[in-house]
Amino acid sequence: MIYLQLFLSFFQIGLFSIGGGYAAMPLIQNQVVNLHGWLSMNEFVDVITISQMTPGPVAINSATFVGIKIAGVGGALVATFGCVLPSCIIVLLLAHFYFKYQNLTVVRGVLSGLRPAVVAMIASAGLSILLTASFVDGLIPASFADVRFVGIALFLIAFFVLRKWKVNPIYVMVGCGVVGMLVTKLTGLQ
Amino acid sequence: MKKGRKYLQLFLSTFKLSAFTFGGGYVIIPLMRKQFVEKLHWIEEDEMLDLTAIAQSSPGPIAVNAAILIGYRLAGKLGTLVTIIGTVLPPLITLSVISLFYQAFATNTWVAALLQGMQSGVAAVIADVVFSMASGIIKEKKWLPVLIMAAVFVASYFFNVNIILLILICGAIGAVSSHFEEKRKKERGVE
Repeated sequence: MIYLQLFLSFFQIGLFSIGGGYAAMPLIQNQVVNLHGWLSMNEFVDVITISQMTPGPVAINSATFVGIKIAGVGGALVATFGCVLPSCIIVLLLAHFYFKYQNLTVVRGVLSGLRPAVVAMIASAGLSILLTASFVDGLIPASFADVRFVGIALFLIAFFVLRKWKVNPIYVMVGCGVVGMLVTKLTGLQ
Repeated sequence: MKKGRKYLQLFLSTFKLSAFTFGGGYVIIPLMRKQFVEKLHWIEEDEMLDLTAIAQSSPGPIAVNAAILIGYRLAGKLGTLVTIIGTVLPPLITLSVISLFYQAFATNTWVAALLQGMQSGVAAVIADVVFSMASGIIKEKKWLPVLIMAAVFVASYFFNVNIILLILICGAIGAVSSHFEEKRKKERGVE
């Protein structure tokens, strides 16, 4: 029963991947490549690459990709459903407690410690993305050849535009993509 | 009728946001904040940070978790269903289409250049939100939150410390410090 297998595999992936997409990758690989052989290692790497190029969580993307390959659109739906179900149950439970007890002193205390931590984690993820956008390999480079000047210029302009005019972030992201593509393809700069 | 419009708005908002979360789950947080806190004024800034903490510490994709929380907060269990579908549909559609010709897509240099440029935009969007959120915390003029913010940044960026561990520690610090603050207030009240 392929639908049930797809559902159970992606249910496990959803249940055990805590902390975002990179935590999910080894789990997906284990289920999809090692245990069931639904994808070859090469295909798996392709899925990861495409996931980074398309919107959406890696787990959902691979659920769709694997589901379609193994059992068509129905498979994609079943795998995605399996992947989302654990989140649904656990997050709803936590949400229920949060909205019920958010005014208790203890809970308010815990949350007051979490808020600055969350900002720091977002900052940390943002800095990694900024370095990838600014330098080849995402590391502070040894030579100017590895600096993406176009990327740095786009970041600075976009940041200025966002601060100054509070533009919709989606327009800023798409704008950066289109301008970046035209500049790098037409002038050969990077 | 009014309720129906709220569900529609929730669906359209999460669908649009999900369609643009390039670069990992964290990107959805600034986008959601912009949409639900700044534009629609449906959620308070502090509550948004609380929901982010819950989304991060639960299993599953952050984008999906955040959507579940927003849906539940704004329109109960049915709201959750609406936001989950809104969040899952864009990657489902995109990947279904791309799986048909993914070799051509993955090796196209124009696509690669477009995505490279978008990364700068994503970084700017995150920087913008971090700037707003961090200055909000610094303006409170309490040393503990600022210290937590700096320490967690160092721990997670430079030392890759596990996010769940960081959340547990910071939650405990917050609980203990608010306990003593409460106690001090009571003692002062007695005098």
